[in-house]
Order: sequence, then C-alpha cells, then structure tokens
Amino acid sequence: MKSTTLTLGPVLFNWPADRWRDFYFRIADEAPIDHVCIGEVVCSKRQPFLADVLPDVIERLEHAGKEVLLSSLVLPTLRREARHDAELVNGRHMVEVNDVSMLPAVAGRPHAIGPFVNVYNEGTLEFLVSRGARLIALPPELPRSSIEAICSAIPDVTIEVWAFGRTPLAISARCYHARLHGHSKDSCQFVCDQDADGAVVETLDGEPFLVVNGVQTLSHTFCNLLRDANDLVNIGVSSLRLSPHTCDMVAIAQLYRDVLDGRRDADDAFLSSRDACPSATFANGFTHGVAGALYV
Amino acid sequence: MMPTDASDLELICPAGTPAALRVAVDAGAHAIYCGFQDETNARNFPGLNFSRSDMATAIDYAHRRDCKVFIAVNTFPRAGDIELWRRAIDDAAALGADAVIVADIGILSYAADRHPDLRLHLSVQAAAASSECIRFYTEAFGVKRVVLPRVLSVPEIADINNRISCETEVFVFGGLCVMAEGRCSLSSYATGLSPNMHGVCSPASHVSYHEANGEFVSRLGDFTINRIPANQPAAYPTLCKGAFQAKGAIGQVFEDAVSLDASKLLPALGRAGVKALKIEGRQRSRAYTKAVVGAFRAALDAMASGTEIPLGVLKQLSEGQSATCGAYVKTWR
Repeated sequence: MKSTTLTLGPVLFNWPADRWRDFYFRIADEAPIDHVCIGEVVCSKRQPFLADVLPDVIERLEHAGKEVLLSSLVLPTLRREARHDAELVNGRHMVEVNDVSMLPAVAGRPHAIGPFVNVYNEGTLEFLVSRGARLIALPPELPRSSIEAICSAIPDVTIEVWAFGRTPLAISARCYHARLHGHSKDSCQFVCDQDADGAVVETLDGEPFLVVNGVQTLSHTFCNLLRDANDLVNIGVSSLRLSPHTCDMVAIAQLYRDVLDGRRDADDAFLSSRDACPSATFANGFTHGVAGALYV
Repeated sequence: MMPTDASDLELICPAGTPAALRVAVDAGAHAIYCGFQDETNARNFPGLNFSRSDMATAIDYAHRRDCKVFIAVNTFPRAGDIELWRRAIDDAAALGADAVIVADIGILSYAADRHPDLRLHLSVQAAAASSECIRFYTEAFGVKRVVLPRVLSVPEIADINNRISCETEVFVFGGLCVMAEGRCSLSSYATGLSPNMHGVCSPASHVSYHEANGEFVSRLGDFTINRIPANQPAAYPTLCKGAFQAKGAIGQVFEDAVSLDASKLLPALGRAGVKALKIEGRQRSRAYTKAVVGAFRAALDAMASGTEIPLGVLKQLSEGQSATCGAYVKTWR
C-alpha cells in the first residue's frame, strides 16, 4: 500500500519575502513533506512581493525532493488576477486549482484541486477526476462520514484532508484587515503584514473566536488531526494537509510523519504538538461532524 | 454586451410557502424561486418550502398568470446520499419548472446529462465571480443564467457581461452575505450546521438569548455574537453581522446590521447588461413579500415608462432600518 503523503499548503498570511523564503528553505532542508503548494492565494496585491524569491524557493524545494505545486487565487475577480492564474499553467509544475475559474485551463492535464473548491461528494469528484484532477483536497468542513463515502466511491485518486492549522472559513471582496485599521481595500497600506498568523477577533466576552487575514476569515483554533490521522487513513484518505504558521512547522510535520508511520503514539504526538505550537488551541470538530471550534 | 431595456428586466421573487408564492405572483413578479421541503435547498427552515404536490399547484398558479417558477436545488449533496438531490432535479423537470437553480458541479453534470431540455441557472452558492468561472459552467453544462455573488461592483458586472454568453442575475434587496456565497463555513464553525451542507446559516436552533447586567446577550452555539443595552431592539445573531473586538476596538468587524437595497442602482444594473433582479427572503412574511415585490415592480415599470423611480419606500423593510448598496459600490470593500 502506498504510504500516506503530507502536503504543505501555501502560506496564507502576508509574510515578508525573506521570512517566506527562509521558511521554505527550512522546509526543504528538514521537513518530511511530500508536496509543497506554493504561491499567494488570498490577495493578489501581495503577489509581487514574493515574485523575486519564488524561483529560489522552488529550486531549493525540488532539490530536496519535494514535489512543488503552484496554487491559484481563491477568489480571482480582476483581469490581472485571471492573467496571473493563467500563467501558472504555462510552467512545468502541476497547478493547484483554488477557484473553478481555473478548471478550463487545466482540463485534460494532471492537476490538483485545492481545499477552496467545493468538492462535497463523489458526483463532483468524479466529474473533476474525469478532467484530470489527481490530488483533491476536500473542503475543511467535511465530516468523516462524507470523507469516507468519497474515498470509497473513487479509490484511485489522492484524497487529502485539512489536518493542521487555522481553518479557512470564508473569503470576501471586503478586506477586514483594512477595515480594522480604518483603511479602504484600495489603500490598505498592507496592514495585514502586522499579523503573521492572522489578527485575532474576540467575542465581546473576550473569548478568541476567529482571525482575519485580509479578505480571508479563519478559525482562531488550529485544526489538529494527529489523533484522527490513522483513522482517516483507514477510511481511504491518502494525504494530509498542513497549513503554515509561525510555529515550528518542521516539528509538526515530523509528528504527523511519525504517527502515520507508526513510529509514535498519536496521543503522545498530540501532547508534543502543544510544545511545537504553544499558543494554539486545537480543534477537530469539523471532522467529527460537530461545531468546527470543538475538540472531540 | 447589450444593455438590458427596462421592459426586459426580470424581477425574480422569493417564495417560502405556496401562499407567499401567490402573493408574489399577484404583486407582479416575473419569476418565483422556491425549493422543496428538504435539505436540497439553501433555505431549509422549519415550516418553509414546498411538497411535490404544493409545487405542482404553485407552478400551475404561476404559469396561468404568465409567471415563471425556478426551483432551487442549491445545496451541496451529502456524499453517499446524492440520490435525494438527483430526485429533486428529476421532479423539478417532471413538474415543468422553468429552470432549476444549482450550485454543485456533480448535480449540474447530472442535470445536463439526464435532462438536456431543463434550463440550468447557476446558484449564487457557486460564487462564480469572474468571466472565466462563468465560461466553465456555460461550456461544461450549458448553464443559461448565472446568479452573481455579492462581491462584484457594477463596472465589474458590466465587464463580465461583455465576456460571457449567458444571462446574469443579481441580488437587489434583502439579506446581504458579506462573504462569497457557498464558500463560507462560519456557521458550521460555531454550530456544526452550514449553508452548503444543511441549507442553513446561523440556525435558530443554535441561537440563545439572555440578560446579564442590564445587557441583552445574543449567542450562537457557544459564542456571544452581540451584547446591547436591554432596552434596545436586538438584531438576529447572524454570525457575520455580530459585534466583536479586534485590535483593541469593539464593533462589527465584518458587516454592520444592514441589508442590501440596490433600488437606486437599477438603471445602472440594466446598463451593465444584467438580465434579472433578485429579491432575497424566502423566509420572509407574506406582507413583506407583497410590499417588496410591489415596490420593485413599480420601480421597473417607472423605468420602462421613463418616469422617476420611487426611492426609499423600501427603507422601513430593511433590517436595522438601514441599507447598503454592498459591493456594487467599490468603496464597500
């Protein structure tokens, strides 16, 4: 049986280019990751900052044996955004599609479907696979029962589940970071760069609830499926997605690898993940079919 | 792209019940949208929606009055249980619906294969926000009309209409999603129930209210969504309209408690090539439906006859007594 792979999703936050480059260099050198999805997917205004370092990062990752995928924007609406996404297809890398607008461009060639495309069932999956999808990341809100039904209906593709990191919950035309700072989106002054893991939104009781990341809203909790990983593999999941944060992602990746390979007990690894990511509150509610904020 | 003449603009009105449908038809709707009594539609609320025989009667009532009926089958089928959604499509076709409104790629594929004569409209839940995205749906499934997500400005809508081969429909009044529709899991994060999977958002079953220290507290699941002085009217705690704190300030981080009223943009939307104008609110009362549909039909009739559009009559019907043009005006972002 093919072993379960680990995918590192794209950095969702506005990190300075040198931090972004150094993060990926360390991933290349140290992390037991198989696929690395790369590129700015949340806000096209951030894309120019990464352009200079992108080739070096790709080279380093590939030299280390990682498969690099280029991720498309989650919500392209402008023509320049469509042009940017269209160019991704021209390269030699597999593209990860994060919006349906990219499907015509990748049709007939191998591609990946990212977690921002609504694949809720085997009917949709079958259609996408017939057009060349090979690696499909399911929406993070899907419960285990749906994951199992999808995996058993179409066993020949790689099905990936959102397994670590703040969970993307919504995307908007409005920039909440700019709104928090009293700016408009067009003159945002890139204030999202102040919050490397997102800006915390608390309830009026002072309870941390969500984070905003430009036009994106994510959970305050970090999804953590270390204790669910082997069960997911048993029902047919063949890849787990880890989403980058400022905590020790190399350590997190190693914990997932160790649990999948049976080298480490899941409960023990879960405890260790607290050390690797000390400020995080963990959740796995979506997978268990309850409120996503809960840990079951 | 050709501008749409005022006399060709269609008014698409909600009906949560057979009685509301008759009210909307009589008030001047060109088409009604409604759904079956189950989780196949995105307004799966207790006491709402149509049985199969209700639907047959409703379609007959509407067709006799030259009004169309669109059936929304616009949630995303639960894996392993797709049959419920496929049956909804089959029944909509058999009942003579003028179109089905669909979001899920698998269901679009099924409908296009099995019912090639059934007119397909792309639901707002598919959030098709670019011409490239729309072209995928028109080329793959022959979609005839796309309901645009509430993330686009009027010039962007005009640009899209220049570059696609199908019709567009836009929301002009009612509740306002501030997130791209069909791509939001905020509700299920707090409650376990989502628009995409269950057809509900911030469901009443998970709402609770209590008073504490002279404040009226609204909660959704385990989270406080708002606190206001106990003597003030409280808005329903829809998650994205709640009051939160961030960066040391308290406020509506995502959106104020406003609703959409694009009535003053109707001529601009027509010039942008929009074909149909949609009113949100299948969960609303008959009185509300009658007032809103009547007001918008009067506005369209005024436009068609070149007289002044009556503005502001809808204001009192808006949530929280205030309204926004939303993303149609770029500064909203």
